[in-house]
Amino acid sequence: MANEYAVNTGHSTGDYVTINIGPSHPAMHGTLRVIAQTDGETVVKADPEIGYLHRGVEKLGEHLTYHQFIPITDRLNYCSAIANNVSYEMAVEKLMGIEVPEKAQLIRVIMTELARIADHQVLVGILGVDLGAFTPFFYLIIQREEIYEIFEWYNGARLTNTFGRIGGVEADLPDDFDARWRELKPNLLKAIDETDKLLTHNRIWMDRTIGVTAFSPEDALAWGFTGPCLRACGVKRDLRKDEPYGLYDRFTFDVPVGKNGDVFDRYMIRMREMEESIKIIDQAYAMYREMAPDAPLMAKVPKTIKPPVGEVYHAIESPNGELGFFIKSDGSEKPYRIKIRPPCYMIYQAFPELVKGEMIADLIACLSSLNIIAGELDR
Amino acid sequence: MTMDLLKGVSNCLGPLVIASSEFRGDVTVEVPKARITEVLVRLRDDPALAFDFLVDLFGVDNLDLYKKAAKPEKKTGGEGDAAEEPKPEGPPPPRFEVNYLLLSLSTNRRLQVKVRVPEDDLSVPSVTGLWKAATWPERETYDMFGIRFPGHPDLRRLLMWDEFPGHPLRKDYPLEGRGEVRILRYE
Repeated sequence: MANEYAVNTGHSTGDYVTINIGPSHPAMHGTLRVIAQTDGETVVKADPEIGYLHRGVEKLGEHLTYHQFIPITDRLNYCSAIANNVSYEMAVEKLMGIEVPEKAQLIRVIMTELARIADHQVLVGILGVDLGAFTPFFYLIIQREEIYEIFEWYNGARLTNTFGRIGGVEADLPDDFDARWRELKPNLLKAIDETDKLLTHNRIWMDRTIGVTAFSPEDALAWGFTGPCLRACGVKRDLRKDEPYGLYDRFTFDVPVGKNGDVFDRYMIRMREMEESIKIIDQAYAMYREMAPDAPLMAKVPKTIKPPVGEVYHAIESPNGELGFFIKSDGSEKPYRIKIRPPCYMIYQAFPELVKGEMIADLIACLSSLNIIAGELDR
Repeated sequence: MTMDLLKGVSNCLGPLVIASSEFRGDVTVEVPKARITEVLVRLRDDPALAFDFLVDLFGVDNLDLYKKAAKPEKKTGGEGDAAEEPKPEGPPPPRFEVNYLLLSLSTNRRLQVKVRVPEDDLSVPSVTGLWKAATWPERETYDMFGIRFPGHPDLRRLLMWDEFPGHPLRKDYPLEGRGEVRILRYE
């Protein structure tokens, strides 16, 4: 094979070697496979293959009622199932024209932001592990466990939360949430601070992340990037600010933005966003405390949901980016068509362009920093 | 707000708009499938609209709706008399749709553009030349519905394996599959 790439870049000449990375590989996040053509250590071409975890979730949705589909959305993203639940529930509420009570919305905000912190903790921790820095993983994962305990204590499940209901939430926050949050918050901040000290100015970390798989804002937008990966490229876009849903227009928080769109920026955005999420939870909980104890948690929703004929799309800012649900209703008790717009799906399709010309080790760093969740990707 | 958007889109596209609708604040326009690329370029480049971001692209199979339109169900009257619903006028709708969800980053407005795809011509021009973001969604629509996208640089199955015979998101494809046997080709 003519080695045009090697000639163009001044790299060594020779035939390309095809390497299969995954679908069962310790560095792959879930069942992903990348067929990489390499010139020495340099990636000439990478072809990601997905579908190993495809469970036909959208097809399944056409055969379940609107309520029954909520637990299915849990199985899309094990890191932030709550965001998937809330996004789906809000899409159905939009379809039905239901107004959710404020108290339920505040509980949703608190839980979704906790899920965001947990999701980012996993990303930063695993990114460190993939690049050989094991310690931050422990600092962060212990705190994630604390967040999962709050989820378990609130709704009985750690990962598959089946959080919320169409029209609100099932239960109020337990009385001792205040004590739990007061105990958790300093630990979260401490874990972020310790990770910051261990990684951010670490020479090896900087060498492995700065300038690696950088993307321009134009490219990111053309490829449909959203969320932290888009913000890392310098585009200040966050659905919580730009198209505020729920009660997000009432909270004060910053939207961190990067410059280079490289692995380092994607890491830094997540670190700063965890702090912003803590600020949002504080504000939401302060508002929650001012509400009457018997304030409603559910809107009036019929037991059998039969929305009017029509189609809607609703998206929220999930930890990975824009997570949207398109629902087409034919007026029956089951959705006629459900289309999920997972954020990592759009991001991962740009993977070949991101890693072209990078080293194999950088391919792993890039994959970690994109936060690919196979369940959400394949659906 | 919604009316402004509909008016702006109508001004931009003119006779290319076959139908338009609004539901819960979501605006949808239907355009001819052969001219989808032209429509999206116009919507993207019109400074008043600036729909410069492709959020998603996907297919919908209207088979069941088509059946309902073709064979209206018999309604039972109050005293057991069978009363038929009036037959719909005009031709039945084409079976498939391809929907494009667009977003304007400057105005934060959204628009759904729809093309209808009949069974005897399962192809829609690819829009990967406008947005690279259409690469996988078009492959997925091809995989799940069998709709081809001429002009796509690499139209292969995405979620199912290459030898898979069906298109699972079609309405006539059963939920539990057709008992496919996986074909392993060792060379």
